[in-house]
Amino acid sequence: MNKKIAQFSAHTVLFLGVLLMVVPIWIAFASSTHENVTILKEGMKWGLGDQLVKNYNEVLNQKGGFSQEITATKMFINSFIMAFGIASIKVIISSMSAYAIVYFRFKLAVPLFWLIFITLLVPLEVRILPSYQVVSDLHLTNTYTGLILPLVASATATFFFRQFYKSIPDELLEAAKLDGANSWKFFIDFLVPLSKTMMAAMFIFMFVYGYSQYLWPLIMTTDDKYWTVVMGMKIIFQESYEGGNLPRVAERFAYIILSMIPPILVVVFLQRWFIQGLIQTEK
Amino acid sequence: MSFLELKKVTKVYPNGTKAINETSLNIEHGEFMVFVGPSGCGKSTLLRMIAGLEDITEGEIDLDGKTINKIDPSDRDIAMVFQNYALYPHMNVYKNLSYGLKNKGESKEIINKKVNEVAELLEIKEYLQRKPAQLSGGQRQRVAMGRAIVRNPKVFLFDEPLSNLDAKLRGQVRIEIKKLQQSMNVTSVFVTHDQVEAMTLGDRMAVINEGVIEQIGTPIEVYEKPKSKFVAEFIGSPQMNFINGTIKNNNFESKGLKLNIDLNIDNANVALGFRADDLEIKEDGEISLNIDIIEKLGSDSIIYGRDKNGESICYKESGNTKLGIGENINISINVDNVHIFDEKKGKRLN
Repeated sequence: MNKKIAQFSAHTVLFLGVLLMVVPIWIAFASSTHENVTILKEGMKWGLGDQLVKNYNEVLNQKGGFSQEITATKMFINSFIMAFGIASIKVIISSMSAYAIVYFRFKLAVPLFWLIFITLLVPLEVRILPSYQVVSDLHLTNTYTGLILPLVASATATFFFRQFYKSIPDELLEAAKLDGANSWKFFIDFLVPLSKTMMAAMFIFMFVYGYSQYLWPLIMTTDDKYWTVVMGMKIIFQESYEGGNLPRVAERFAYIILSMIPPILVVVFLQRWFIQGLIQTEK
Repeated sequence: MSFLELKKVTKVYPNGTKAINETSLNIEHGEFMVFVGPSGCGKSTLLRMIAGLEDITEGEIDLDGKTINKIDPSDRDIAMVFQNYALYPHMNVYKNLSYGLKNKGESKEIINKKVNEVAELLEIKEYLQRKPAQLSGGQRQRVAMGRAIVRNPKVFLFDEPLSNLDAKLRGQVRIEIKKLQQSMNVTSVFVTHDQVEAMTLGDRMAVINEGVIEQIGTPIEVYEKPKSKFVAEFIGSPQMNFINGTIKNNNFESKGLKLNIDLNIDNANVALGFRADDLEIKEDGEISLNIDIIEKLGSDSIIYGRDKNGESICYKESGNTKLGIGENINISINVDNVHIFDEKKGKRLN
């Protein structure tokens, strides 16, 4: 009996949690299928309307921005490039620096690791002005490189890889050495395949991190060709307030729903690896 | 000149610990040499220096007439079997076996031929596509062996490869290793802390203690004439009995024991060693033993007890003993087989 009560209350808590997260999304989705006027007059909607195709089509294809040239589709592409670039370069750089720290016993390995680790205390928002200065001195504003570069170093991922590499038995390295593997081969033939689930997990983390960047692209881009989804959310339909038009509330909801899809897809498709990567022991 | 020669090899770790001290050793072609010693004695370090996994602080190692101190491990023409096998967990058995050959730049056909030959030899052909995690301990052991054999090395190095197996399998694999080594006639160095492995496998064995080789010889030599008290204690089961005393006028004397021994030393403090097998029950035996514990092994019985002075002594009787705990027996030492060591330095005197 007690067990049942415990189970019931656990499920209740879980269910409430799910509701808390899903309801706002549902309201946003339901509202995105109505006409702007309806939302403005009657407030947000629980039920579905009949404007789904029209609203979403408009959001994806209508041109906006300062120069009236950017579409949401283009922003999705930009966001994807930025998130993909950040995530993949982060994984490559952190796994390699962890490799150096763990396997090459140079004198400064430990202090260097802690130096990297300390950068956790200095997120981009804290160093945004110097970062901007550097990128602008390199003439990288309004480029993909500029969007990606300042975000590619990751103390978190380096730390995770370091812990993982440390758990690999030394004998494996020694056996590989006897089999004629040099440092590069050991990394490619051993560490990469052994840590591939972990790499996938890191990739997901970092993809979502890169995708949800707001402040950096906002500061970095003056040309709307490089706008990303998250920063565009505020700006894209802004002009509609001017000139006496109705605020395009329903379309904004549609935009929000769309903007949630890419990270969800990444998590859905890579979640098997994601879970493995965080609990794995392939030894 | 020997096939594998260690000349005054010394290993000092950066923190100052001396793991190996001026060790010299010659191993002949096709010989099976066993390094045996307690854990931390430096036997693995010595093996790893031959493999090239540890730097040599001083001295020289020659293989087949060539100094290999500075040669990369993969170019030394050696193969090593590790204690935990160190199979590549993400590669299947075939790739585990072929990885070294691939790095050497062998062609696919040759690799394929060699891997299949070895797989046949070790009867692991059915498992070629499996990953190490899907294999049993014994099968993993074979794959580890196979990885060494496939490279056709000049020397096999074994770093306690049997210690992860259960007792039954250990015995089987031990025999297989011996057979394989004999049929292939490859020079082998085998590290173990298990004296049974050392006795059964080695053509010769080197007993190592605290970074120094205490004795090199055939297993029987080492068993019958241990050069030091340490070797005598380490080799042989049950452990050799020791009684401390002095030698005077060809007599060994201790508190309760007087034994006529033909030895030309006087007034030396010695430890008298005798194995459990060199004791015999006799009415007028010089030691009277009060039995504490009896271990019945089926074929033998090992009887532990104490003499009048409280020295613990172990006596072995073949078959199932009729003796019981608490009984008193009189035993006598076979004087021909006693071992006499300097009490302080531990060196053999007779």
